[in-house]
Amino acid sequence: MAQPEHLLYTKEHEWVKLDGDIATIGITDHAQHSLGDIVYVELPKVGRHIEQFANIGVVESVKAVSDLFTPVSGEVTEVNAELDADPAAVNRDAYGAGWFIKVKMSDPAEQKKLLSAAEYERLNAE
Amino acid sequence: MPPRSSDHCAAPLIFEQGALGRANRYVESGKPLETFLPHRLLRDDLPLPDNSELDVVRHFTRLSHRTFGIDTGFYPLGSCTMKYNPRVNDAMANLPGMRDLHPWTDDALAQGALQVMYELERSLSSLFGMAAFSLNPSAGAHAELTALLIAKRYFKELGQTRRDKVIVPDTAHGTNPASAAMCGFKVISLPSDARGRVSLAEIEKVLGDDTAVCMMTNPNTLGLFEDDIRRIAAAVHAVGGLMYYDGANANALMGNARPGDMGFDLMHLNLHKTFTIPHGGGGAGHGPVGVAAHLVEYLPTPVVAWQADPDADPSLAPSDRLRFRLDFDRPKSVGPVRSFWSNFAHAVRALSYIYANGAQGLTKVSQLAVLNANYLRVKIGEFLDIPYDEPCRHEFVASAAGLKKRTGVRALDLAKALLDRGYHAPTIYFPLLVPECLMFEPTETESKETLDGFVAALREIVQTAERDPEAVLAAPVTTVVGRIDETRAARYPNLRWRPRGEALQR
Amino acid sequence: MYTPHTQADIAAMLETIGVASLDDLIRVPDDVALKVPLDIVPALPEYQIARRFAHFAEKNSGARATSFLGAGAYRHYVPPAVAALAMRGEFLTAYTPYQAEVSQGYLQTIYEWQTYICLLTGMDIANASVYDGATALAEGAIMAINETGRTRLLVSRAVNPNYRAVLQTYCSGLDVAIDELPIAADGGTDCSGVAAAVADKNYAAVILQSPNFFGVVDTLPKAAGQAALASETVPIAVIAEAMALGALATPASWDAQIVVGEAQSFGNALAYGGPYVGFIAATEKHLRRIPGRLVGKTVDKHGEPAFTLTLQAREQHIRRERATSNICSNQAHCALIATIYLALLGSTGLRDVAALNLERSRELASAVGGIDGCELRFNGPFFNEFVVRLRRPVEEVLAALRTRHILGGVPLGRFYPEYADSMVMTATELTTTGEIASLTAALKEIMHAPALV
Repeated sequence: MAQPEHLLYTKEHEWVKLDGDIATIGITDHAQHSLGDIVYVELPKVGRHIEQFANIGVVESVKAVSDLFTPVSGEVTEVNAELDADPAAVNRDAYGAGWFIKVKMSDPAEQKKLLSAAEYERLNAE
Repeated sequence: MPPRSSDHCAAPLIFEQGALGRANRYVESGKPLETFLPHRLLRDDLPLPDNSELDVVRHFTRLSHRTFGIDTGFYPLGSCTMKYNPRVNDAMANLPGMRDLHPWTDDALAQGALQVMYELERSLSSLFGMAAFSLNPSAGAHAELTALLIAKRYFKELGQTRRDKVIVPDTAHGTNPASAAMCGFKVISLPSDARGRVSLAEIEKVLGDDTAVCMMTNPNTLGLFEDDIRRIAAAVHAVGGLMYYDGANANALMGNARPGDMGFDLMHLNLHKTFTIPHGGGGAGHGPVGVAAHLVEYLPTPVVAWQADPDADPSLAPSDRLRFRLDFDRPKSVGPVRSFWSNFAHAVRALSYIYANGAQGLTKVSQLAVLNANYLRVKIGEFLDIPYDEPCRHEFVASAAGLKKRTGVRALDLAKALLDRGYHAPTIYFPLLVPECLMFEPTETESKETLDGFVAALREIVQTAERDPEAVLAAPVTTVVGRIDETRAARYPNLRWRPRGEALQR
Repeated sequence: MYTPHTQADIAAMLETIGVASLDDLIRVPDDVALKVPLDIVPALPEYQIARRFAHFAEKNSGARATSFLGAGAYRHYVPPAVAALAMRGEFLTAYTPYQAEVSQGYLQTIYEWQTYICLLTGMDIANASVYDGATALAEGAIMAINETGRTRLLVSRAVNPNYRAVLQTYCSGLDVAIDELPIAADGGTDCSGVAAAVADKNYAAVILQSPNFFGVVDTLPKAAGQAALASETVPIAVIAEAMALGALATPASWDAQIVVGEAQSFGNALAYGGPYVGFIAATEKHLRRIPGRLVGKTVDKHGEPAFTLTLQAREQHIRRERATSNICSNQAHCALIATIYLALLGSTGLRDVAALNLERSRELASAVGGIDGCELRFNGPFFNEFVVRLRRPVEEVLAALRTRHILGGVPLGRFYPEYADSMVMTATELTTTGEIASLTAALKEIMHAPALV
């Protein structure tokens, strides 16, 4: 599946949507596909300050576990509480209902270190 | 396919049976609890089912029919050493003098138990080339933790607190890195070389004055002997590190080679693998930890100490001329790691097994375990890929990667199809570096006929897969349930029954 | 032994493999080849093994003595049906139920065990068991440490000293500090300082045992419990004598969020200390932190009810160094024994056994307390054991009782220098009036003898 053009990506398979200084973060369709059925997502609490590319949580599938890294620095302003009851949303709709957290960005310049859709696609093709 | 028996009907939970007051009279009726304690300290209700003894006997007998053990059939589960568990061992552990001995019994009235622990400890030390063993740890992972605590304590005594790295090959059991993390060590994962072994060159790259312990399994989980082990040990020792031997695969070399002679400073044994203690559905195990001379004083407390009994009859066996005691006064010890001294009933079983074999017998055991594994390797190699196709030790790995590419049938499907044919599956998807991995460990207690029957069944499954993959993908079809919805189990955990009226878990 | 190979089998198999001899097959590099003779016990035929172990068993005269020992391991009546069922080969020789389709029976017994532990403790969830009571405490404390990110524990001094020592061993690997809550005059924990201690949010957990090491029913007072919860300090209850759960209010009733303990009392033999069976139960919010195996109920592909190991992504074989614990085994067979025991006893039987423990221990306490030179140390409410202070040195009194084939109690001096003149005595449903009479007669004689032994 093609990556949405309006998003930025990390090589660790996270996506980020920028809306002013608010970044919405999730994992890519490619990531959810290779993890398989996702059963649990462990996310940072609202109010926590996180640093770009730091490990901020864990995504569990039935028989695998994967670290979650934040594409940007800032303060967590919102966590997708729906995922507790419905972790399958990440498999169904990785770029929509399956979002993880929203972050109030502390350094907009950081987005230069992220990948475009085309760059991310090339990475996966390798 | 055989018809489904009555065992296929779902077995009701014990909580869904019985009726209040249908009690068995094991003890007399007690007085009201309020006779003894104020009401506020007592529980309001005790919602356990009352069942007649006959109904309980039928319930658990039915559940046993829905359980596969070594006693049921061939169980070639790699890395688990599912060998026959001799019944005499259980009988010895259940002698009233063993079974009814309280752990706080004064040493003088527990001399037989201490003698069992002494004889087992001395035998294991000689068999594996260690200065001493502690029988305290309850299982392999518990022993790893104990050994790493010993290492941590040892380096602290030496003033070398910078040593915080534990080196673990990628073929290692998952417990190794988890145990290291529980001791506050950082884990360095080491890749295997093209021969499936740890390479000296790779290990030298990560060694330094921060190296604490290098944990290795030999033979490794691919069933391959680490033939460079002396040089690896020398390199680790040269930077001041310790070598740890994960004894999960000790059945491959017992009586033929010793970790102590390979340069290992610390090790553990899984008595429930190598020494025929029944696995019992996943435990209790028993994981003695062995150490070289420079680490003996760090062993957990208590240890069995002994001295000559001056009054003993000189015609008695050597260990019958000793007096034993539990020694708690060990200033450098890491401390105790469990409630009481050891999984003693298992120590009895293991010693009984050693008596049944003696040195020669145990040597033979590992030779025949290696013979059975290699025989199976060659026969299975006729129809499945063997990624490291050379003489193995007690186990080997095959890969269904090629089969999957051709037919879509995976290692998991082969495993499920074996269940339909009355065999337990091998270990699958471990070690992680072999794709579509199947790991076979036949053990020495299986006959050539059993191995031949198993090979024929697996061959027939692979042939079916090539011809009609759907038939294999549908397996198992003869078991009491079909393939399990594990996603649902993990997404919506239901971990217990709840009394009617209580809110159901989501 | 126990190998079925004939010479002809070995020859045929070597030929298939293409190796000339067994020695060629098992050869290791010269530098690690075995060079010394092995010094191990001699090989014996089975009938002589039986004789050798009968000899060992005979030397364990303590197993036949009149016993008032408890303090973490308890002698209870075990119906023969327990062993008859638990020793069935399918249960005894199965491994961890990875292949769920051929392990539904064992998986169901574990699900039933988890349920029994929840019903007895009042918790929402329980795991498939851990090694024993002491390691259950250590693992439970680590849950709280990971949950809170704090590295201090507040532990009652009345918690079983073996358990506290093991907790100390585990904490030494993790650089976690332990502070003690003192013992009150009645033998319970002095919890008056708890609220102030937890207010700074430095403690991961506050840990009490009930009944405690002195036998005293010992719970967190309401205010202390509320203060702990308010500061996100996890109240942990330790249960060393599970039989007490048949009578006492659940730890949930005094705000415990994690309950750890030892279930040896449910049908498992004393066996000189093991194997026993630890349990960990908790409220729902701790689900992701609970260590060890968990069995869940789900459905198979036909939609029929089925059991499986679940939430495995927490565990060491997947998470490796990031796992909740390194624990790999569970005490499945000991937990099975406990499950069968509880099924046989039922609520009526368990309550009766608990009542008899209460009754016999009071009979013992009143007999011993009435002897000149013996005195009940604490007056807190107790379950089946209590502390006795002796006018004569404890070790001498115990030695004198031993010559009369009586194991009188567990001396406290090694763990509590302040109670060096005291011991813990235990009575269960198996303690007879005759045994109490012999003990009383012996103690009277000993306490009044001019010189001991």
